Amino acid sequence: MGKKDRMSGNEAVANALRQINPDVMPAFPITPSTEIPQFMATFAANGLIDTEFIPVESEHSSMSASIGAEAAGARTVTATSSCGLAFMWEELFIAASNRLPLALTLVNRALSGPININCDHSDSMGARDAGWIQLYAETNQEAYDNMIMAYRIAEHKDVRLPIMICQDGFITSHAVMNIEVLEDDVVKKFVGEYTPDDYLLNKERPMAVGPYAVSGFYMEAKRQQAEALRNVKRVALEVAAEYEQISGRKYGLFEEYRMEDAEYAVVIIGSAAGTAKDAVDRLRDKGIKAGVIKIRFFRPFPAAEITAALKNVKAVAVMDRCEGFSDHGGPLGADTISAMYQANLNAYAVNYIYGLGGRDVKVESILEVFAALQEIVSTGKVGETYRYLGLRDRKDA
Amino acid sequence: MSYNFKEWMNKPERLAPGHRMCAGCGGTIAVRNVLRALHEGDKAVIGNATGCLEVSTFMYPYTAWEDSYIHNAFENAGSTLSGVETAYRALKKKGKIDDTYKFITFGGDGGTYDIGLQSLSGAMERNHDMVYVCYDNGAYMNTGVQRSSATPMYADTTTTPVGKKSIGKLQNRKDLAEVIAAHDIPYVAQTTFVQNFKDLHVKAEKAIYTPGAAFLNIMSPCPTGWKYTPSDLLEYCKMAVETCYWPLFEVVEGKWILNYEPKKKLPVEEFLRGQGRFKHLFKPGNEHLIAEFQAEVDRRWEQLLYFCNR
Repeated sequence: MGKKDRMSGNEAVANALRQINPDVMPAFPITPSTEIPQFMATFAANGLIDTEFIPVESEHSSMSASIGAEAAGARTVTATSSCGLAFMWEELFIAASNRLPLALTLVNRALSGPININCDHSDSMGARDAGWIQLYAETNQEAYDNMIMAYRIAEHKDVRLPIMICQDGFITSHAVMNIEVLEDDVVKKFVGEYTPDDYLLNKERPMAVGPYAVSGFYMEAKRQQAEALRNVKRVALEVAAEYEQISGRKYGLFEEYRMEDAEYAVVIIGSAAGTAKDAVDRLRDKGIKAGVIKIRFFRPFPAAEITAALKNVKAVAVMDRCEGFSDHGGPLGADTISAMYQANLNAYAVNYIYGLGGRDVKVESILEVFAALQEIVSTGKVGETYRYLGLRDRKDA
Repeated sequence: MSYNFKEWMNKPERLAPGHRMCAGCGGTIAVRNVLRALHEGDKAVIGNATGCLEVSTFMYPYTAWEDSYIHNAFENAGSTLSGVETAYRALKKKGKIDDTYKFITFGGDGGTYDIGLQSLSGAMERNHDMVYVCYDNGAYMNTGVQRSSATPMYADTTTTPVGKKSIGKLQNRKDLAEVIAAHDIPYVAQTTFVQNFKDLHVKAEKAIYTPGAAFLNIMSPCPTGWKYTPSDLLEYCKMAVETCYWPLFEVVEGKWILNYEPKKKLPVEEFLRGQGRFKHLFKPGNEHLIAEFQAEVDRRWEQLLYFCNR
């Protein structure tokens, strides 16, 4: 269906964007996402794409210009990481509330401070309530596939929301993996033209964007956004089904790995899911019924679907690559465990913080988590529900 | 092109009546007159930083704007419109649109001199084909008259209040037109409402129809913040120019041009008197403050003459 290639995650996303050929890309460099705008500027310089690249003076301006370009009627993309996303924070809400289906390819990196360029999810998790669609990738292939599906989901008339396509900094963004790339014309046909109903440059019907709204209107606007985000679940599955036709690769809202009869489960996001799958394979070889739920869509959060997949497990460890500073756990833990409570699940649940600032997570680390779940089930004692994985002892510090 | 005041004033309004701006507000006068410079048949996308103008002209579900309009946030009118202008070029290149559009964005001095300076600087330096219009009323008026870097020295504002131990704002105002001229863009001009709007008309038209980035700084008095009788608005504009507090000039392709030199430069009191924000300067014992204000006006005027090779 496609052709085999070897690419880093950044190169894979940039190549997906080359095939999509968006109209406008404002971007500002920040490690580890910098290569994506570099690739795009180079594609444009060599006439491979028509995209107008805007070398803005900050990430705040890259999101501001993206909002302007998308509102004007242009298919728009930007890229960033970490503090760049934090600097966009105000604008993220404005993009979503203006119902602009622009795309942001995010390469996840820890937020300062201390300043750190390696992977964790504190950047995108900080933006989880901004009204954006968020989807995550385990591998370079998934980052590529998600990028190609992104506009079909975001621009759908029942959605019209901005979309954040996330991958793990360095772990996938810079590591080269084998991937399968679709033919250019196949991607072009799949993604299609962007034809908004209303846009600033529509000469037939001028439009005003970004009103002041009093309390008589504001709440309804928010509710409509929430309903649009809810529609993402249906639209994403329709788009995934179509994508399977051209790629042979199947995608859901999340992935269930050996979950059919699992008694112990890990819920996890991003590249560490691959490590967790290896741990599960080793445990299964020993007859231990372990499984993994890998989140693809974190926004919207597929609560009912995830709890359905967890309904027969005895114990769950929810893995957050982000400290929530609630003194209670991380954001994935909060969403998953509250969904379990509402679904009347009786499983034990703990929440781990792991991999902050690029801290390695190994197969052994995940085996340690599963061992803890077995201990909880066998003793009936949960103990601390808010745990850290892979933290050095204080005496070594 | 010759200027006919009556014709100019009879051009169709592109900012419809019914908005909620104050009587005697300079901001709306600036907007309506800049938009009059658009040639008939030319379309425009108008940008706007958060401020009085935005909240008073686009309160959902009503808009006073006849053209397409985008308000994004307080600090990013420059970058937002740079995105719109780039989209225009991209879509035109792809043959998706064929009309002529012009791009004009409005910001107050808070959104332009202060919080929006970075975004403005970026948009100007990249030389987008757009006009950034600052309607400078010398303070954050929308939030209730707080000082900005455009506020003149000694002005009484709610964050530089005059009191027993305070004489108002201690710093001089930033010269933004000079800052933007240093970006080496094709066109920069400073104006206000004088000469039956002829100066503003000429500059707005040049700004809009000069290819590349252009910046207009328009002194736009605010009755609420300056505390004057609304009907006296034009008198304050005239005095600002006649005292050389607010000189009329252009910087065309880097060349500084003085557009008006008063036959007799009036003392700055003629501009300050009657404005509530400067009331304390006229109390006995504060004569030295007016003298210092005058010295600053003189210094800047001399500097401008030097820039203009006069």
